[in-house]
Amino acid sequence: MRILVVEDDAILADGISVGLRLSGFTADPVETLADARAALEATAFDALVLDIMLPDGTGLTLLEEMRRAGSTLPVLLLSARDQVRDRVRGLDLGADDYLGKPFDLEELAARLRAMLRRRGGQPRAERQCNGLSVDPATLTGRMHGAELRFSRREFALLWALIEHPGTILSKPVLEERLYGWQEEIESNAVEVHIHKLRAKLGRGFIETVRGLGYRVPRQDGAAT
Amino acid sequence: MSLRLRVFLLLVLATAVVWLSAVLWIETSTRAQVERVLDARLAEAARMVSSLVSDHRVELAAADGGAIPLPHPFRFGEGYSRQLSCQIWSLDGQLVGQSDGAPDGQLSTGDTEGWSDSVVDGEPWRVFSVVNADLGLRIMVGDSMAVRDGLVHDVIEGLVLPALILLPLLGGLIWLSVARGLAPLERLAAALAQRSPADLSPLPSGPLPREVRPVREALDGLFDRLSAARDVERDFTTYAAHELKTPLAGLRTQAQVARIAPDEATRDAALAAIETSVARTDRMVRQLLDLAEVERAEIVAAPCNPAALIAATLTDLQPLAARRGVTLRCEGPEEGSEQREWLTNGFLLATALRNVVENAVLASPEGGAVVILWSGHPGGGEITVRDSGPGIPEALRDRATDRFVRGAGGAPGGSGLGLSIVASAMERLNGTLRLDPGVPGQRVSLVLGEMRGT
Repeated sequence: MRILVVEDDAILADGISVGLRLSGFTADPVETLADARAALEATAFDALVLDIMLPDGTGLTLLEEMRRAGSTLPVLLLSARDQVRDRVRGLDLGADDYLGKPFDLEELAARLRAMLRRRGGQPRAERQCNGLSVDPATLTGRMHGAELRFSRREFALLWALIEHPGTILSKPVLEERLYGWQEEIESNAVEVHIHKLRAKLGRGFIETVRGLGYRVPRQDGAAT
Repeated sequence: MSLRLRVFLLLVLATAVVWLSAVLWIETSTRAQVERVLDARLAEAARMVSSLVSDHRVELAAADGGAIPLPHPFRFGEGYSRQLSCQIWSLDGQLVGQSDGAPDGQLSTGDTEGWSDSVVDGEPWRVFSVVNADLGLRIMVGDSMAVRDGLVHDVIEGLVLPALILLPLLGGLIWLSVARGLAPLERLAAALAQRSPADLSPLPSGPLPREVRPVREALDGLFDRLSAARDVERDFTTYAAHELKTPLAGLRTQAQVARIAPDEATRDAALAAIETSVARTDRMVRQLLDLAEVERAEIVAAPCNPAALIAATLTDLQPLAARRGVTLRCEGPEEGSEQREWLTNGFLLATALRNVVENAVLASPEGGAVVILWSGHPGGGEITVRDSGPGIPEALRDRATDRFVRGAGGAPGGSGLGLSIVASAMERLNGTLRLDPGVPGQRVSLVLGEMRGT
């Protein structure tokens, strides 16, 4: 799950990015509204963490623009002014959630997961697919009664695949889900992590579609 | 006391004074008129009696001394009857005759003819005497003063009584008129009373009397200024909240990262970030306190040695400059500059200078230099700080002294408060802060004027 973090304080932005990565997200920090606009155009993010006071304007402007353009990207606002009036304003402008500074990193991660879950129409935090159930909060899974643990990159890959069962995801798409801009992409990382996942889940759980990419077959096996 | 009651009492008092003066005037003039008319009547009556006696139309008992009653010819109204009295005396002091109801005592004891005042049987009389030398008689006709007083009294009573009855009515009319006249003020007061304390909008417009209009204008002006001050305050609070809570959020987040970091490198990076953040937050808090201190400090001027003040500031900031690899030096007073002490507030000037030099050090690249020059002149002085940084961008120069304004990509750790503190301190010192582009870098001059109020 790739998150764009718009925050002008370098230390806070770095803390959020590193913290979210440790929680299984891929986070990209930008400092200004202009950079945020460019990033949103260039990359498909799953959610946006948006500070209100930024050097070149207010985050609420960006939020308004996005909503007017029809974007449904989940947005979590960060603000120092933790007052009801400000919260109401932010939520009315189309924010999905709101956190006052300073906040707890785990709470931020949990709220992001909740936002993404709601967007996917999933009431439960866990997700089921072909006999596997996974919990994004703990990066663990359960299959045939066996407890499974995943590294955060393995989990990010697995999550992307079971989010849309039957859909083929190409290697570049998967790489984008795995790495932020600041991270160097290892050339065969996707293959390595797919290999590790198959070792844990069984060979047939993830199919290779030659020349196109990977997919998790639908439960009924109808996909060809 | 309410304005209404005050105006009412003043009007009633004024009315009462006017009425009282009128009554006194009328009483005096009525009394004078009555006396003139009645005195003339007295004289006429006395002469009439004298001529009647001379013509022997009135018989007088001579020897037996018994007084003969005189008919009473002088009647002019029931209420005033029998008040005019007549006595006829022989020149040797014998009562020859008198009218009904005349007092027993002699009306006038004087020997003179003409008018006189006397008291007979304890009653004051106005008397006219005529001497009839042919018959050897003195004729006296007198008026009881009580009658005259009664007359005047009746006139005054006729004047005052209706006035007394009308007084409450007049009072009521005055009260209502005052209320009506003060209605615009009452409306203004009501409009003010109904406002919530937070409401700083202008007062309702509409026609107002000329006297009340300045009040409304003054109030509207006050509301304007208050509202502007409140906005500035609110902006300040918003910015301060952001500037203080963001580093706190950074600290907390980095602390949590350090706690859950899976490897040494991540933890070390988080701890380093925490240290940086603490240093920045410390500076920010110090500057906020400086700002409050500068705005609150009492302005007391004292002789202040500029060279010593600059040297102390440089000593304080030397460690910071050394850490950043920036040379910090004072090139001393300019040639021909006055060397004497400045009469100024050392605390405010030192605070301003420290913030300027600190900014200059933070803005300069490694290996750069910050140079301080100063000069004194009669009644003030000037300190110029020159750095070798990128300078304040043109677009930002007008807002550079606003609070929490800092250049994008400027010196790390800037709070945007430094120049606000300097500007505030210089304003309180009756000086100015001058920002000139240097070649290269930025020149910041603190220009001191003469201190006020000392």
